[in-house]
Amino acid sequence: MPAPGTAVPGIGYHVEVSGLRITAPRPDSGEAVIVHDVSFAIPRGGVLALIGESGSGKTTIALSLMGHARPGLRIAGGTVRVGGTDVLSLDAAGLSALRGARVAYIAQSAAAAFNPSRAIMDQVVEAAVLHGLMSRAEAEAKAVALFRSLALPDPESIGRRYPHQLSGGQLQRLMAAMALVTGPELVILDEPTTALDVTTQVEVLHAFKRAVREQGATAVYVSHDLAVVAQMADRILVLNQGRVREQGPASQVLKAPADDYTRTLVDAARPAARPAAPAAADRAALLEVRGLTAGYGRVGADGMPAVPILRDVSLSLRRGGTLGVIGESGSGKSTLARVIAGLVRPSGGQVLFDGAPLPPGLEGRAKDQFRRIQLVFQNADTALNPAHTVAGVLGRPLGFYHGLDRAARERRVRELLDLTRLPAAVAGRRCGELSGGQKQRVNLARALAAGPDLLLCDEVTSALDTVVGAAILELMAELRRELGLAYLFISHDISTVRATCDEVLVLYGGTVVEAGGRDAFRRAPFHPYTDLLVGSVPELEPGWLERRRAGAPVPSLPGPPGAGLCRFLPRCPVRLAGTCDRVPPPRRRLSAGNETLCHHDEDTLMRLQATRAEAAC
Amino acid sequence: MAGTADMAAGTGGAATALRLVLKRLGAGLVTMLLVSAVVFTVSSLLPGDAAQETLGQSATPEAVAALRQQYGLDRPAPERYLRWLGGLAAGDPGRSLVANMPVAEVIAGRLPNSLLLAGLTAAVSVPLALLVGILSAMRQDSRLDRGLNIATLAMVALPEFLVATLAVLAFSVELRLLPSIAMVKAGAGWGETLRSLAMPVMTLSVVVVAQMARMTRAAVIAQLGQPYVEMARLKGLGPARVVFAHVLPNAVGPIVNAMALSLSYLLGGAIIVETIFNYPGLASLMVNAVASRDMPLLQACAMVFCGAYLLLVLAADVVAILANPRIRQG
Repeated sequence: MPAPGTAVPGIGYHVEVSGLRITAPRPDSGEAVIVHDVSFAIPRGGVLALIGESGSGKTTIALSLMGHARPGLRIAGGTVRVGGTDVLSLDAAGLSALRGARVAYIAQSAAAAFNPSRAIMDQVVEAAVLHGLMSRAEAEAKAVALFRSLALPDPESIGRRYPHQLSGGQLQRLMAAMALVTGPELVILDEPTTALDVTTQVEVLHAFKRAVREQGATAVYVSHDLAVVAQMADRILVLNQGRVREQGPASQVLKAPADDYTRTLVDAARPAARPAAPAAADRAALLEVRGLTAGYGRVGADGMPAVPILRDVSLSLRRGGTLGVIGESGSGKSTLARVIAGLVRPSGGQVLFDGAPLPPGLEGRAKDQFRRIQLVFQNADTALNPAHTVAGVLGRPLGFYHGLDRAARERRVRELLDLTRLPAAVAGRRCGELSGGQKQRVNLARALAAGPDLLLCDEVTSALDTVVGAAILELMAELRRELGLAYLFISHDISTVRATCDEVLVLYGGTVVEAGGRDAFRRAPFHPYTDLLVGSVPELEPGWLERRRAGAPVPSLPGPPGAGLCRFLPRCPVRLAGTCDRVPPPRRRLSAGNETLCHHDEDTLMRLQATRAEAAC
Repeated sequence: MAGTADMAAGTGGAATALRLVLKRLGAGLVTMLLVSAVVFTVSSLLPGDAAQETLGQSATPEAVAALRQQYGLDRPAPERYLRWLGGLAAGDPGRSLVANMPVAEVIAGRLPNSLLLAGLTAAVSVPLALLVGILSAMRQDSRLDRGLNIATLAMVALPEFLVATLAVLAFSVELRLLPSIAMVKAGAGWGETLRSLAMPVMTLSVVVVAQMARMTRAAVIAQLGQPYVEMARLKGLGPARVVFAHVLPNAVGPIVNAMALSLSYLLGGAIIVETIFNYPGLASLMVNAVASRDMPLLQACAMVFCGAYLLLVLAADVVAILANPRIRQG
């Protein structure tokens, strides 16, 4: 193990942490150590990333820089100095004066960290006014300037709105403005883009980086995502279970990691492509969706619901195949799975399973149809009853679908645990006692207990750490080989989908904008939206964010696109005035076998995206 | 708060809020109608009637029948119900059979007393409950919190007649500070009225403060665990600012609803206190009406209590709607 970072007190460092020890007092047996003897130092204006998986102590350490310990934790030892102030020796008044004024915090989920009952501006200027740094009018003027530099829409009036009226990406930028308005010397960013779509993440990262640099602030960037950290940090500190595994300059840690654990992280960040299943074009489609339209609210005379979510979606998945469905939040990808499962009634179109049309809702579906289509939910924490035992959770579908008696159920539970690489002893434990990865395996085993032909997997790895998520994907690939399962794999992450699925389908605003074999998604030409998605996935390469051509902001359009027109129109950087806003786009088949919904033909797309590629190099 | 300055911005939201309030009001009226049917049915199930009660056990059946006819008690039930409902809607709930005067007048003699007692109790108990609830939430699991917790539990558990009796023993018999009978004389000054009502108000407050304080504590604690509270602390705000500027606007919905439920007890539930302190309120009027089978009076009292309850709940709903920008601003 490399020597922990040696902080030399008093010499040129802005932030110095040494021997930090944080514990969780337990009522029964003394206390558990959450952070072990962590030391690091950051020069003024430097950006240090704390990276690790959940439970590594990265947020706990970051919060201790403000003298804050979450309920149940205690800062038990060590020193934290920020600009010469010994933070841990401050009393309540001293901490109040430090927080918000000299050290500011940007929370992971701005949607939860903004008070839902108060207007944004009240919250943004609150610290500045309360700390007596400036008058309310001055603070508001500064806030508006920050809104502008963070590229927020309507900087003059956005402060009058309430959190529920704004998108996640906007709230995250407003939270940055709230942190920066007092001109803090240290900014702590706690996973500030984790909850965002990739395309939004890139914009927010750009905005953060510029705003922090303009302020000349020192920053601590907490993240589990190495590729994001590569764009933001000068130095990286790798944490695992509250211990420092490695720290050094960003490029060294990413390119030549000295520690085994860091290497595991770096490997997991680059999903390895799995061999595609042998193409068997002759095999009939297991699942076929034709012209599916679905949404919420009353269905109008034109057959469209009041709030349409899916518009004319068609797809086909053969037995044993994998189809990846990509889209950002609100694209309708989860609704698609819910329609196939029967949880949402479509307003038009047809779902065929094994050649026979499925009844539109839950009623009228036969038990065997339920058995053969199983849904694996995104969040195993909420999908599994924490008070039930694993054996109970798995036993229920075994009894329901297969009528197994007690002994047979127990035997089958053991087999299922073995299949999902869980120890047999897990059967007696309650779901609430398991780790995130174990819960997701149980979640998968529950679906497998029915003996399905098709698994609808909704973001099954997005709540998991990269390493744990990679193991789940590996397991799913094995299960597919062993059991001949077909997967509809829903994800927001194009690199995961490209690595795991044979076929890919891109949803935007409820329409299929591009579909094809996975190889078609490796190089241009793409649909312009796919191109934006592909180009937004951060690479494990410092400087990628700067090299990526900062696309000129797309001028906004008055109102949403009219019926039948391209849904991507308002955000499309290559739209054609007079065509795209008048005529519905045609479906074109490109030479790589993929189909796009776009006015641009293959050569034009190639040319447009080649320039982009060149600009990127 | 500056947030209220923006209310005009959300006119669409204001319309939504108004529609919600009107919907609640409509639901309240429907509830009143259902309650009137229940009250009417239940009161006609009571054995005996006013004619029998007025003339006593020794009356001849002929005399009773004659009086029944005079009171209109011989008409079929649906007809009596409709006539009564029509009267209620027109503001005339009929004639008290025992007092032989309009029910409206009988009630008008008592209602101000009840409202005064309830109003004074609310004025004392609501701020006290907020103080206790917020304080114990802010000091969760401290000695203060545990102490207040035990105190409020004891207050909920103590029967009112015990509290009232102890209060009389302490303040009237031993200390001779307060009168043991709460008579409100016409023309009495505020000082005298407050002095004579001190013990009834105190007794009623003991009951409702405890309930409201516990609900307030629970509502505040539920918010204290939210990420936005941690964020407010990390902005360097003091604990008082965190609670008053950040937590309360989000906790106000559940708090006012709990308060409406507790306060609705102050009209009808004041019976024990009215009896012990010999206070001429509406609850004891209703009990007398039951004893004397004075159905019009009984039914009118029941409708007043129901109306007061619905008004309180409606007020709580309106406060909760106005406090929530998701509804206010759409």
